[in-house]
Amino acid sequence: MSRIKITFNRLKKKNETALIPYIMAGDPDLATTKTLILEMEKAGCDIIEIGAPFSDPLADGPTIQKAAIRSLQNHTSIADVLGLVADVRTTSKIPLILMTYYNLIFHYGEERFVNDAASAGLDGVILPDLPPEEATVLIPLAKKAGLDTIFLLAPTSTEDRIKLVCKVSQGFVYYVSLTGVTGARAGAVQSSIEESLKKIKAATDKPVAVGFGISTPAQASQIAHWGADGVIVGSALVKVIEEHVGTPELVVRAVEFARTLKQGVLAGHGN
Amino acid sequence: MSMPDKKGHYGIYGGKFAPETLMPALAELEAAYLAARKDREFTAELEFYNREFIGRPTPLYFARRLTDHLGGAKIYLKREDLCHTGAHKINNSLAQVLLAKRMGKTRVVAETGAGQHGVATATAAAMFGLDCEVYMGTDDVARQSLNVFRMKLLGTVVRPVDLGSKTLKDAINEAMRDWITNVANTHYVLGTVFGPHPFPMMVRDFQSVIGREARKQIMKFEGKLPDAMIACVGGGSNAMGLFHEFLEEPSIKMYGVEAGGLGIERGKHAARFAGGSLGVLQGSKTFILQDQDGQIELTHSVSAGLDYAAVGPEHAFYHDSGRIEYTYAVDEEAMEAFDLLSRLEGIIPALESAHAVAYCLKLAPTLGKDKVVIVNLSGSGDKDVMQVAKIKGVEL
Repeated sequence: MSRIKITFNRLKKKNETALIPYIMAGDPDLATTKTLILEMEKAGCDIIEIGAPFSDPLADGPTIQKAAIRSLQNHTSIADVLGLVADVRTTSKIPLILMTYYNLIFHYGEERFVNDAASAGLDGVILPDLPPEEATVLIPLAKKAGLDTIFLLAPTSTEDRIKLVCKVSQGFVYYVSLTGVTGARAGAVQSSIEESLKKIKAATDKPVAVGFGISTPAQASQIAHWGADGVIVGSALVKVIEEHVGTPELVVRAVEFARTLKQGVLAGHGN
Repeated sequence: MSMPDKKGHYGIYGGKFAPETLMPALAELEAAYLAARKDREFTAELEFYNREFIGRPTPLYFARRLTDHLGGAKIYLKREDLCHTGAHKINNSLAQVLLAKRMGKTRVVAETGAGQHGVATATAAAMFGLDCEVYMGTDDVARQSLNVFRMKLLGTVVRPVDLGSKTLKDAINEAMRDWITNVANTHYVLGTVFGPHPFPMMVRDFQSVIGREARKQIMKFEGKLPDAMIACVGGGSNAMGLFHEFLEEPSIKMYGVEAGGLGIERGKHAARFAGGSLGVLQGSKTFILQDQDGQIELTHSVSAGLDYAAVGPEHAFYHDSGRIEYTYAVDEEAMEAFDLLSRLEGIIPALESAHAVAYCLKLAPTLGKDKVVIVNLSGSGDKDVMQVAKIKGVEL
């Protein structure tokens, strides 16, 4: 059983929602990313999403674009990120998911990637510009290597696409909470999320995690309350990192923020 | 051979590498386009605007002095520079805006490099009464300020993009992000035979009016098909627009001319077939300029419209099959062609089109006087006059 599945099963027994923070590998350097992963695990985060920077991240808003630019100043590559994963794996069992764009994987070589990723100890991969229709090579390769391929649904997804994505997605289904790119949004989350979650959950027994635009403990709490199995927070956390680049407080501040998000998620569930 | 296949593939190229949010919109667009293509009312309306608004058919003009000067094949120029707004771009923009209106969209967005596609889309949006925003890299805003002002006059909001290479590629990223966010009421008028399916197919079809006219015209003037055709290739829409009609005429040689920039060195050109490799960018699998990690490389060309890291997937297919031969012209050659055509024919070509003319200067003298070459003069150089003056060190 995959580490992602084990984690969701364990949380389900406790009636708990997973907190899944996203950070950009190599922002501002790989050593900091490693420390952040290990400290966020201690702070109660359940799964970590690691971004690999791409020059043209068309599903990302300005915060993650800027993080990618910072990371690319050190030429952070897929090989570097897999090295980081292997390094974390020597001391931690927390599920690790790579989120990046398809060209980097395609260029690395899909077969080589799934094999290197599996041996490094990576658990899953999310490629927002690779819909299931174009993933017919990657899906079987990843399955064979034991790597979960996680696909996305959006508010615009039709019934047919919900069925398709629920069928092919492994590990969990990633629901994009809003029609837009990544980035923190102020105010309340869209109430349509509750209904969408119900619709997706009716189509699958797989866990459903919600991301894009979730940036405060209160928002995380609401999403958990609506029955999400996981809450993904990226830009808001990356923004904390951005604000503390070059200061000794970076890790403490980012981890503290992740802790408050986890508290939000815990408060939301079962209410 | 009918391409693309149902999933939008041209052999191993093309496809639909788009975020989930856009997948339903792409399916809706494809269905709307396929229905419109069969609808007499739509095609009649498009023909009407092509004729009465764009000014089609554009002439196929025999360039007598250029022909004499080179001493070889007879050279004809397909005068897309005489389209309303000064380039072939309007053939596609107007058709897509008409389609968007039919789909009930109230707003369009577009990317632009040289500004021609932005101006064309702004023009069509003004004429049909749709809101329009155009994304443009800040480097291009600087070198094409005249087109920026034209778009503003047409009531369009121009959004400068100060990211990445600050050129066409980054403008496409931002336009796609806008579309992802506003997909409910917005259509993305992509300007070339690129992006996720159905764009490469749809843009090709809207531009293929160029080739259909050229066939009739050359048959009238010469009584036979041409021996060769030349077009510049950025994304590749003017080239596909001319070539598509003739792909199954094996006697015609076809040449696509990319931007060689300062020469084929990393970051100094935009010749994807000379320095690129297989990859996936902005929705499409094709030849792209990328580094050893798969990061997209910076590009350079004197012409903003060719300054782009990827090429249309159908071009990649015909590159491999050998049907179309791809070559490049460096900045200096394009500038020489720009000057020569202006002086010999009284036609100032767009810097993009000057790349096609540059290859004609090499090819025509090697062919006999009984041979016929068509060069696609995709746009007018009026937009480039200020930049050319700057390059020549002339203060206006």
